[in-house]
Amino acid sequence: MTRFLAWTAFLLGVLYFILPLIGMTEFSLKMRRGEYSFDAYRAVFGDPRFWETFSYSLTLAAATIVFGVLLVVPTAYWVRLKLPQARPIIEFITLLPLVIPAIVIVFGYIRLYNTSSILPLTGSALGTDILLTMGYATLALPYMYRAVDTGLRTIDVATLTEAAQSLGAGWFTILARIILPNVLVAVLSGAFLTLAIVIGEFTMAALLNRPAFGPFMQLLGANRAYEPPALAVIAFAITWGCMGLIQLVTRFSKHERAKV
Amino acid sequence: MSKFQLRRPAKRRLPLEWLGILPFVAFAMLFLVLPTMKIVVGAFQTSDGGFTLQNLIDLNTASIRSAYWTSIKLSLITALLGCAVGFAMASAVVFGGLPKRVRSPLLTFSGVASNFAGVPLAFAFIATIGPAGLITLELRDLGINLRAYGFNLLSFWGLVVTYLFFQIPLMILIIIPALDGLKREWREAADVLGATSLQYWRMVALPILFPSLLGTFALLFANAFGAVATAFALTGPQLNIVPIKLFAQIRGDVLGNPNLGYALAFGMIVITGLANVTYIVLRTRSERWLK
Amino acid sequence: MAFLELSNLEKVFGTNRVVTDFTMGIEKGEFVSLLGPSGCGKTTVLRMVAGFETPTSGAIRIDGQDVTGQRTNQRAIGMMFQAYALFPNMTVADNVGFGLKVKGVPREERKDRVAEMLRLIGLPDLGSRFPFQLSGGQQQRVALARALAPRPRVLLLDEPLSALDAKVRVSLRNEIRDIQRELGITAIFVTHDQEEAMSISDRIVVMNGGIAEQVGAPFEIYNNPRTRFVAGFVGTLNMLSATVEDPAERMLTLAGQRVVLARGEIATPRGETVTLALRPEAIHLGRAEGCEVALPATVEEVHFLGSVIRIRARVAGTVVALDTFNRPDQPPPPPGSAAEISFAARDVILLAD
Ligand SMILES: Nc1ncnc2c1ncn2[C@@H]1O[C@H](COP(=O)(O)OP(=O)(O)O)[C@@H](O)[C@H]1O
Ligand SMILES: [Mg+2]
Repeated sequence: MTRFLAWTAFLLGVLYFILPLIGMTEFSLKMRRGEYSFDAYRAVFGDPRFWETFSYSLTLAAATIVFGVLLVVPTAYWVRLKLPQARPIIEFITLLPLVIPAIVIVFGYIRLYNTSSILPLTGSALGTDILLTMGYATLALPYMYRAVDTGLRTIDVATLTEAAQSLGAGWFTILARIILPNVLVAVLSGAFLTLAIVIGEFTMAALLNRPAFGPFMQLLGANRAYEPPALAVIAFAITWGCMGLIQLVTRFSKHERAKV
Repeated sequence: MSKFQLRRPAKRRLPLEWLGILPFVAFAMLFLVLPTMKIVVGAFQTSDGGFTLQNLIDLNTASIRSAYWTSIKLSLITALLGCAVGFAMASAVVFGGLPKRVRSPLLTFSGVASNFAGVPLAFAFIATIGPAGLITLELRDLGINLRAYGFNLLSFWGLVVTYLFFQIPLMILIIIPALDGLKREWREAADVLGATSLQYWRMVALPILFPSLLGTFALLFANAFGAVATAFALTGPQLNIVPIKLFAQIRGDVLGNPNLGYALAFGMIVITGLANVTYIVLRTRSERWLK
Repeated sequence: MAFLELSNLEKVFGTNRVVTDFTMGIEKGEFVSLLGPSGCGKTTVLRMVAGFETPTSGAIRIDGQDVTGQRTNQRAIGMMFQAYALFPNMTVADNVGFGLKVKGVPREERKDRVAEMLRLIGLPDLGSRFPFQLSGGQQQRVALARALAPRPRVLLLDEPLSALDAKVRVSLRNEIRDIQRELGITAIFVTHDQEEAMSISDRIVVMNGGIAEQVGAPFEIYNNPRTRFVAGFVGTLNMLSATVEDPAERMLTLAGQRVVLARGEIATPRGETVTLALRPEAIHLGRAEGCEVALPATVEEVHFLGSVIRIRARVAGTVVALDTFNRPDQPPPPPGSAAEISFAARDVILLAD
């Protein structure tokens, strides 16, 4: 009885999740009348805006990841090592982006950093790109911080630091050569998750008026029929790829640790 | 004598140590706290900077009230359904005697699906149950017209169905570890003491899971409440929910009053904030038994 | 017919036969221990009695009623687990009252019973605490009270003491035994600790590889172990090889000396070797009174344990352990010295296999 109910619940759930995936795939292949074809994909990949926006988002994702790592790893390390009393505050801050909607945050950006403010970031393309990167770093902060902090918990930060200091290492060396390699898996997991979040992000990019992949998809969706599902398939594949990479690095690291 | 030697030096709070988190604090101030404060303050300001409650009072129009109400309903319903369905699937996998092999793929898939939100998700559902979607067409061939039954993807319930695609997996991701934390001994102890399965769930398992369930509910609520992209790509700018209204306001001041935009955004913060405060209060009350 | 009857119980997991042909009757009020090494199937037997596992074959009868196919929550059984089994979300009082509550016992009656149980376990004032506020020993006491509150027909205890530290373990086991006696409840106690089993059981079942090797009172098990496994698992044992001279007369030679056993059947033909076993306390240093057998030995190690001195000596090619009581006027022989050991033929245990 329990088992029957369990299977029913599980299979109904699977059905709900699989149908949209089948639906979008099927639809994306229907561009040519009467037969399945990859025409929609060809159209998407043949569109220069696809490549422009995609590489723009990819660049921003890379910038977000680099900035996020530089911000989060030293902070999480320092809090663990010297400032355990700051922990609750830091954790509270890192959880805020889950509570304050992204649209509210970006609204604040637009009003705070407009052309007439002290820091007129929205006044130039580069400035807006920086602002958008900061916005993405904010969105990714809860995940990045959690991943790195969990990674740090598994190593003895204090002992490693003391050992390195006794050998004459400075803070930069300790962070770059000792701490970072030890939490690399956590950092990579956070990085891939950031990539998955940033690559198709719509709200912030659209409101800051930047040529990112998310707004491009939305625009295409408003004007075309067959390309959007093709884009959905591509986006799903990218998300899946990111999650797959997270699993891969995690499994690889477990393997490594088991060998030691 | 030795007493004094043994006593460790009183811990000095070096302000220098706090310098270590200065970059983080600066980042958080500049890109999280101050922008939010700007909204909050703006909600209480007139266009020339004076204090006023007029913006909040002006929120009380039929259109804005209905937008908030629709948003709250949407978030509540998708959070509730997301929790319920996610819980059912997770417990099916953890307790239902499903083969162990389905567990890891389910977790991976949930990771993917919970992040597959926004514009492409809307496309997937349009291609499936939109006017020309796969299921819509299949059902029409079978003589069932979804529209005739009142279903429209570009409506409230269409949005609910779509949001569940990321709400359910999020619940699964969070609740499976919590279900794993239920010890076999608790179930067996209840069983041997004469409790039925229902009594075990009502008196032991659910109270233990309550904080996790509640936390996930609050998270799912906020998740749905702030979501813009999926709804926007699905229905365009006309659907009357708060985030879309705010989106249109930021883009083009459709309300004709910039400070009303602040008030609208402030209302969003208040609601997600309230959801989380409720969560924290209930959690502390339900967790007296935790260390 | 005994109060609790286990007949020909078998349990197979996949291809792994975990319990084989387990049969025993337990009288009302009896305290029986299942003793054996880890993995020998003790828990599985207990879980079949509780109803968590269905026997592959065989039957379980409580008070004449066949419960083999009955659901656990219908069996009116009490159980104590190794650890962590208290419901963390309930106070001590709510934990103890749980079994009564699910039975629908009215609140007032429940309160009285809970108070009675808390007095019984010696924690009358801790009813409003949560489990995490208790020590391990207190938690297990509460678990006992919780198991006993609904007046179960049988109490099952699966290594309830093994997560506790040594001192608490000893005091709590005595307390469990006292309470069990006072209530007259039938109990099955699982342990891998032979001293624990010896000290509190009416009878012990020694298990090995899913089979009950021997069932008997502690005195019987210790002094007349039937198999080599039982002899070796229960207490320390010295093994010596002897050659059969005359099976009918129970006559053997051991290191050139003739030994006539006082008991046991020798099924081995003349000229073959058999294994003899001796408890350390049956071997004496020097030629003791009433000891027919004396052998030359070399002292190898001396361990002073307080009231007892344990000596390891080499005899006829093997090392034996022997215990002597400490006597202030008689220091033990130094290691390396030659000595003589002796034992009485009536203390020799002949092992079946
Ligand atoms: N549910 C199960 N499935 C498969 N094998 C099991 C199961 N439960 C116990 N076993 C196996 O049965 C054997 C006996 O287990 P158990 O009764 O727990 O031993 P004990 O309590 O004496 O240590 C062990 O080898 C164990 O691996
Ligand atoms: Mg066991």
